[in-house]
This record gives sequence, C-alpha cells and structure tokens, in this order.
Amino acid sequence: MSNPATLAVTAAGADAAAGMMSDPRGARPRKILSRRNIFIYGTLTVVALYYLLPLYVMVVTSLKGMPEIRVGNVFAPPLEITFEPWVKAWAKACTGLNCDGLSRGFWNSVRITVPSVIISIAIASINGYALANWRFKGANLFFTILIVGAFIPYQVMIYPVVIILRELGVYGTLTGLVIVHTIFGMPINTLLFRNYFASVPEELFKAARVDGAGFWGIYFRIMMPMSLPIFVVAMIIQVTGIWNDFLFGVVYTKPETYPMTVQLNNIVNSVQGVKEYNVNMAATIITGLVPLLVYFISGKLFVRGIAAGAVKG
Amino acid sequence: MIFTALVVFLGGTIWTIVYSFTNSKLLPRLRFVGLDQYDRLWSTPRWLASIENLFIYGILSLILSLLIGFILAALLDQKIRFEDTFRTIFLYPFALSFIVTGLVWQWLLNPDFGVQSVVRSLGWDSFTFNPLYDQRIVIYGLLIAGLWQGTGLVMCLMLAGLRGIDEDIWKAARVDGIPMWKTYLFIVVPMMRPVFITTLVIIASGIVRLYDLVVAQTSGGPGHASEVPAKYVYDYMFAAQNLGQGFAASTMMLLSVVIVVVPWAYLEFGGRDRRV
Repeated sequence: MSNPATLAVTAAGADAAAGMMSDPRGARPRKILSRRNIFIYGTLTVVALYYLLPLYVMVVTSLKGMPEIRVGNVFAPPLEITFEPWVKAWAKACTGLNCDGLSRGFWNSVRITVPSVIISIAIASINGYALANWRFKGANLFFTILIVGAFIPYQVMIYPVVIILRELGVYGTLTGLVIVHTIFGMPINTLLFRNYFASVPEELFKAARVDGAGFWGIYFRIMMPMSLPIFVVAMIIQVTGIWNDFLFGVVYTKPETYPMTVQLNNIVNSVQGVKEYNVNMAATIITGLVPLLVYFISGKLFVRGIAAGAVKG
Repeated sequence: MIFTALVVFLGGTIWTIVYSFTNSKLLPRLRFVGLDQYDRLWSTPRWLASIENLFIYGILSLILSLLIGFILAALLDQKIRFEDTFRTIFLYPFALSFIVTGLVWQWLLNPDFGVQSVVRSLGWDSFTFNPLYDQRIVIYGLLIAGLWQGTGLVMCLMLAGLRGIDEDIWKAARVDGIPMWKTYLFIVVPMMRPVFITTLVIIASGIVRLYDLVVAQTSGGPGHASEVPAKYVYDYMFAAQNLGQGFAASTMMLLSVVIVVVPWAYLEFGGRDRRV
C-alpha cells in the first residue's frame, strides 16, 4: 500500500514538472542544469547565505550557555538549548544602576512609537491632501522646502530642539520624544501622501465638490477609504523608523525613558562586568524583532515603502 | 503642525549656523568670534580623522553597494524561481536598526570567538582578520556591516529600475546578437541613469549621517580610528560641552549634504514643472 502522503508528493512533483515544461512557451528549450542557471542560482544562494549568517549566529548564540560559547565557535549549533539568556536579557540585564532588563526599554519604545505613528500619519495625510488637492498660495514653495527638509542632517537641528523642549518643559520625557518624532517624520510622510493623492483623478475630486462635499467631507469619505495601501506604507515607514531610531533617543531622553535601541547599546557596550555574549545576542534579537515582524508581515508593501522612506533624514 | 515643523527645520538650521560663529561653551551665547570655531575644527586631528574615515567609507560604500545592488538586481531579473524568497532575504537587514547591525557584526568579528577564531580552528593558524581592534582596517569592519544592512535597499531600487526597461529593448539587442553583459553595460545602465542618480543621492545623504553603526560597533575606536563627523558633533555638543565646535561641525555636515543634494534637486525638479 502506498501511503497518501507519498502520492500527494508525487502528484505535486508531476505538476511542477508539467509546469516547468510548458513554462518557457515558444522560446528555445532550456536545460535546468545549464551553466547559466548554475551561475545564477549559485551566486544568489551564496549571497543569501551570507545575508542570513548574522541572523543565524544571533539566534544560536542566544541559545547557548556561556561555557559553551567560550569553547565552541560562533557558527556551531547549540549542544544544549537554554532560554536563560532570553529571560535574563528581558528581565535582569543591567544598564548602569538599573537591573530590570530590556523590558523597560521595550515598553518605552512602545509608548513612544504608538502615539508618534498615529499622530504623524494623521497630520501628514491631511497635509498631503491639502497640498495635492487644495492648491493654496505658495504650495509649491512649501513643497520644495519639505523636500529639502527631508535631507537636512538631523545634527544641525538637534540642539535648537533641545532648547525648545526645555522651554516646553518636556525635555527628557516620552512626550518630548513623541513630539520630536512627529515633527521629524513630517516631511517624508507629507511627500508620500501628497504624491499619492496627486495621482487620484481630479474628476473624482471635482465631482465630490459639485455634490457639495467640503474639505473634510472629501478627505474622510473619498480620499481616506481609497488610499488604505498608502496609509499602510506610511505606517511601515514610521514604525520601523521610530523603533530603530537611536540619535533622538539618546539626545532627548534620560535613563528612565530610554527607548529600546539606546538601552540595548548600553547593555551590550557597557564596560563593567563580564561580557555575557549570549545575553547580549538575545537582547539584540529582541530589539530587532518588532521591525522584523513588520517586514515579514508586510512583504511587498515594505518594498514600496522603502523607496519613499529612504530619503528620511 | 506642519508649519511648526517648517519653523523648527528652517529656524533650527539657521540658529545652529548663526551660533557656529560664536564661542559658546556650556550654554549658547551670542558672542561672535568669526570663523574661529571653523579654524579650530579644521586643525583638530580628530575631525580630520573623521573626515578621512567618512571619505574612505563613503566612496567604498557608494561603489560597492551600487555594484553589488545592481548585480543582485540583474540576477533576480532573469525570470528566476524563488525570486520573492531571495528578495526577502537580501532586504531583511534593512529592516533592522544600525544598532542591531553594529552589535551583530561586533560579535561576528570578535577576534576570540568570531570569524578569525573559526578560520584558525579549521587549521589556518596564522589567519588574521581582526578589523575591530586594528586601527588600520577598522573602517572596513564598519563597511562590511554597513553593506550588509544597506545593499538590499539598493537592489530593490535597481530592480524597480530594471523592471521599467521596455522588453523590446532586450529583444532588439538579442536580435542584433549583442552579448548580455554588453547590453547591460551600454544600453540598460545608461537608460537607468535617473534611477542611479536618485539611488546615489539616497546613499550619499545616508553616509553623511553615519552615526549609530559606529557607536554600536566600535564606539569610534580603537583610538579615534573609526570616528565620523556625526559622532564628533554629538560628542562636542553633549559630552565635551563645547557647543560652538559642535555647531561648526554640524554646519559642515549640512554643507556636504547641500553639495550632494542641490545639484540633484535642480536636475530633478528644476526647470520642468511636473507633478513629482
């Protein structure tokens, strides 16, 4: 008796073979193992392995005990899997005097990222909409300044912002950092939304106006529902950007309000004590987990977002 | 709100430039000293080292990431199977922060446990690859990590560019019997000029801001061998309490970005009135 699983596999194999045969329709038939294919797939596989290597090393290191790390090499899989380093990184790792692990940084980052993303996208989408559809006086100048603003290195603006935040009394607080992220996320997101809304046919907009819809009516009833993808793209850019930010975190917060990246750097690069490489790697993975999840879930939309997001200062 | 952003951007930038001409130390003060800060800046060895590092890193990173990114994109564009899988793998480092990137590579390049020790344990005892503790090659250690993180982005931009090339061009080239590499080099690449320029500007403006990676991977060391301008700015503003120096250095950073961006913006947006 052949078991059903094997049957299914053979069937799938036959299918694939059939697909392959009918695939290059019309062109000259190709050998699967041609020199060209070996070259292409070989190169791509080698490069892919190189790209995956650090992720692999991170994971295996974080699952080993310290004695094993000291004797083995970094590429060897763990002999004895232990989750101790993960627990320690999350709840007990020390930064300076605090020994409550990365969890604090994680929650700080969550409390920074969520409001910043929501506020900046809300504002940027309305701005983009206004720029694209309600051409006011000086809209072009405004637009140019935005593009230029996206390229100015942050270093030129960080100190004046310190003064502003101090005057507002929010220097060193999470609120302060949320304001900073909202403001600095503005150019790129406004650009993104403006470009998207500019591609919406004008007739649609005019028809809505004839029907008596106003500024907000058009925005909420027409523009927003039909531009969900761009909202998702903006969210991807903002979530990964804000989560990964280091400079603003280190300049505008205090140890209690450090976001995750800053805390991670302090844990790993602290000079006191014995270096616990497994805990460090566990902490590194935990920090990278949120953007990685966003990346793997969002797929193609991420690709679309990066082309726009890359300009970000 | 957007006006606030503009006020902060323009106001902040102008403020910094103005104060870079003062002798502010711990607190910003309006006592002008002309170009003193810039004089001092350009005679500080650490700043000169930072600029040199940025140049080496920048030029190599530009060339290599364009080259590798383009080759990967060209390979992916051969109507291959598993294209999505490969693309996902090449791009995932880009989702990670520079801090994570720097720390991973710090671990991989660790002389006692990382690549060097593994190669040695395979029998090649004299193998030496220790970029993070060797002043002469530390910048290449950063480069490896930086390329790992950023090439995926270049590949994606290039792939988008390649997909925009008309199929007929390929057919015509094949009919004329032009070898593939020649088609790429002499037909496709020139056609993709705008994509190359945009990518170039994006990479270049990212290079000028290089900061997190250095902080995480080497902290500027050994010695000052991997210092970069952005780190100089931060250290002088917030650690050395020498604001004037920090302002002058950041103004220089702005200047370098302006040199890169303005010609591009002029080419891209100037002259023609079109919706971007």
